[in-house]
Amino acid sequence: MDYSWIQISVAAVFLSVVITLVLSRGYGWLSPTFWRNAAVVSSMIMLFILMWLTFDTTEKIRPGAGRVPTWTVINHQIGLKWDGEKRRQVPVVGEQTGFFGKVYSPDEAFALINKGKMTLQGRNCMECHQILGNGAYYAPDLTRAWLDPWWEERIMPALGVASREEAMKTWLQHPDKYPQGRRRMPNLHFSDEEAVALVAFLKWMSAIDTNGFPPRFGVAQ
Amino acid sequence: MNAFALRQPKELFESQKLALWYFAVAVLLFGVQIIFGLLMAYQYIDPEFLYGKLSFMTNRTLHVNAMIVWLLVGLMGGVYWFLPLETGREVVGIKLAKFIWWVIVAGVGVVVLVYAFVQVGPGNAYTLWFINEGREYVEAPRWADFAIVAWVAIFLFNVIATTLAARRITGLLGVLIFDLVALGALYTAGMHYTVNVTMDQYLWWWVVHLWVEATWEVLVGVVMGWSLMYLLGTPRKLIETWLFLEVALVFGTGILGLGHHYFWIGTPEYWIGLGGFFSALEPLPLVAMVVHAVYDSGAHRLHTVNRPALFWAIAQAFGNFIGAGVWGFMQTLPQINMYSHGTQLAAAHGHFSFFGAYVGTVLTLVYIAVQNARKRVVVPLDSRLWPWAYGFLIFSIIGVVASFTISGFAQTMIERAELGSTWNAYITSYTHPWYTNTHWWRFWMGMLFLGAYVALVWDLLTIGRKPAAAVEAAHD
Ligand code: HEC
Ligand code: HEM
Ligand code: HEM
Ligand SMILES: [Fe+2]
Repeated sequence: MDYSWIQISVAAVFLSVVITLVLSRGYGWLSPTFWRNAAVVSSMIMLFILMWLTFDTTEKIRPGAGRVPTWTVINHQIGLKWDGEKRRQVPVVGEQTGFFGKVYSPDEAFALINKGKMTLQGRNCMECHQILGNGAYYAPDLTRAWLDPWWEERIMPALGVASREEAMKTWLQHPDKYPQGRRRMPNLHFSDEEAVALVAFLKWMSAIDTNGFPPRFGVAQ
Repeated sequence: MNAFALRQPKELFESQKLALWYFAVAVLLFGVQIIFGLLMAYQYIDPEFLYGKLSFMTNRTLHVNAMIVWLLVGLMGGVYWFLPLETGREVVGIKLAKFIWWVIVAGVGVVVLVYAFVQVGPGNAYTLWFINEGREYVEAPRWADFAIVAWVAIFLFNVIATTLAARRITGLLGVLIFDLVALGALYTAGMHYTVNVTMDQYLWWWVVHLWVEATWEVLVGVVMGWSLMYLLGTPRKLIETWLFLEVALVFGTGILGLGHHYFWIGTPEYWIGLGGFFSALEPLPLVAMVVHAVYDSGAHRLHTVNRPALFWAIAQAFGNFIGAGVWGFMQTLPQINMYSHGTQLAAAHGHFSFFGAYVGTVLTLVYIAVQNARKRVVVPLDSRLWPWAYGFLIFSIIGVVASFTISGFAQTMIERAELGSTWNAYITSYTHPWYTNTHWWRFWMGMLFLGAYVALVWDLLTIGRKPAAAVEAAHD
């Protein structure tokens, strides 16, 4: 994008005011006509800018375009690193490690994450958890769930499994049996396929560049 | 009685009779919303309560969906109520309007039963079409989405056709039509499935934000305009000038204010500046509405044909400003929102704003309708009970909001800022006494709210029945 937010804001306000004034020549600022013009002009200008920015945003949030990862990111190691210039964490994609002992092709990875997204919606996770910070506040934010240190520190030893993906899959299928606090997640009866797909979705989501939200994830301990 | 109120004939218009059904269903669903809110509030105290049977997500879905539906139904009821008075004729296409209404009532019944008993489904398209779409506020399965679009389309047809038949367009009608087109179109933005969660939320907010912070806010401007004309006899020119000013400010700030939801979902960085700037200006129109309401009621020294309706209208102006404007502004700057995002601070603001802006409006409309629904119309409408319902609803919602504000602040500081939002941070924050203390308080304030709701319903059923010393309406 060639314009900064300040330029866009100033242009939007300036154009709204000037066009309204030009269209309302001869009417006092207390007349209904003046404000009717203001209403129509400001709505149209803001709507136009929103449409324009939507095209720009849509391009920039395509998987693989930089901010949202490609589907095959699930085959790789993922982490967060502190970016001293931006003063926030950014996701980093590391070497290829496979996922559940397998390397997924782009099509397979897409199908799996898609299944995970549908399961996420079908089981209504968003009415307990936040996804990218939006949703309910009964359960933890899932944006960086894949990167949570507790999988290694507590869940893997408790379940006796050797990898993070195994730990997540098994825990998600039996959250009622391994509660970590007073609030328990109910058993939502995921099939094996659904559970693997959810883990893939969560792993993929953890590599989205969210401008640093949630702040300082996992830094304190 | 003022000129606008005198337009009401003795026999209700057909569309006003339909509006009474709208209001009855709205008030009923309000009760449903409260019940499920209380169940959730109790699950915060005892997480094992109904665990696995009626789990939190099910109660919450019913709580927020009942809210969206009853408030929308109430606002639409307000339009059906005032449209014949504004145009001086029966609404065109009233048969169709009645037909779709009963379809919608049946549809809502089915959706509620499916939410409550089927609850969730397998991860496939079938679930999204027939059980639950799993996106907060717009969980309605896809088939119901189409029913809703048909409903809004018929509603829009009623408004446009009636305006055309009356051969006279007023400023209020012009704004209403403009707004309803946008409102309907925006709903379709939420009817997509996409695997890209960033794109998904980008469009999801078009429904959620551009409904409540743009198109609903303008719809409220229209029905409150009519209400003030009815209640106080405010001159049309004044109402319409203010309405245009409000539209200019609401759309001028709210459309790009949408950016305050695009800070952290994966969208580009320019939204941080744009969203922060425009959303920080969003309270401006809300200040204008307070000025308007205070000026109008002051100018009439609170002389009105309907006291409960006028008091709800005043509460609406303040509630909208404080709940949406102040509680929203408090967390809208990106520097603050980075830490408060996704905490119960949002729920504090959500309760205050929906109550202030929309519950206040719908109850104003309901009291106006109730006044005219009886055999003999009592002027001014008044009772001993309504101030109690009014006072306790407002008091207890403030209690609920205060509890969410404190737990939200504790969450912001402990879970987000101090401990970095991990699973461990989450447990540390929700077991902190600052947080847990609010659970009880929220629950009992909620019980009080339920009591006040019962008083409200009782008052609606009885007010105006016994016109002891009341003056008869001019047209009686
Ligand atoms: C009824 C509410 C509820 C629903 C619905 C729900 N969860 Fe949970 N979830 C919880 C609670 C409560 C916890 C914390 C459990 C604990 O501490 O033992 C949790 C914990 C988790 C965790 C571990 C937390 C972390 O930070 O890593 C993951 C992952 C998770 N849930 C995923 C999901 C997914 C995916 C879905 C939807 C398919 C879902 N949950 C639906 C309540 C829910
Ligand atoms: C009547 C008008 C309004 C209503 C009904 C309303 C309602 C809501 C609701 C329900 C949410 C929570 C969304 C979720 O579940 O994630 C929310 C979020 C938010 N609102 Fe409003 N709002 C209104 C006006 C405003 C205004 C005027 C502002 C700003 C000045 C504002 C700022 C915000 C912000 C910043 C959030 C995001 C909170 C977060 O990051 O979690 N709102 N609003
Ligand atoms: C009896 C009174 C009520 C109680 C006890 C109550 C309780 C709750 C609870 C516990 C939540 C879930 C918060 C979370 O996810 O942690 C919630 C969500 C919500 N409630 Fe209520 N509620 C009540 C009344 C209302 C009313 C009257 C309204 C509005 C008209 C309302 C609007 C909302 C909204 C918009 C949300 C979603 C908030 C968000 O996502 O930020 N509630 N309520
Ligand atoms: Fe918003």
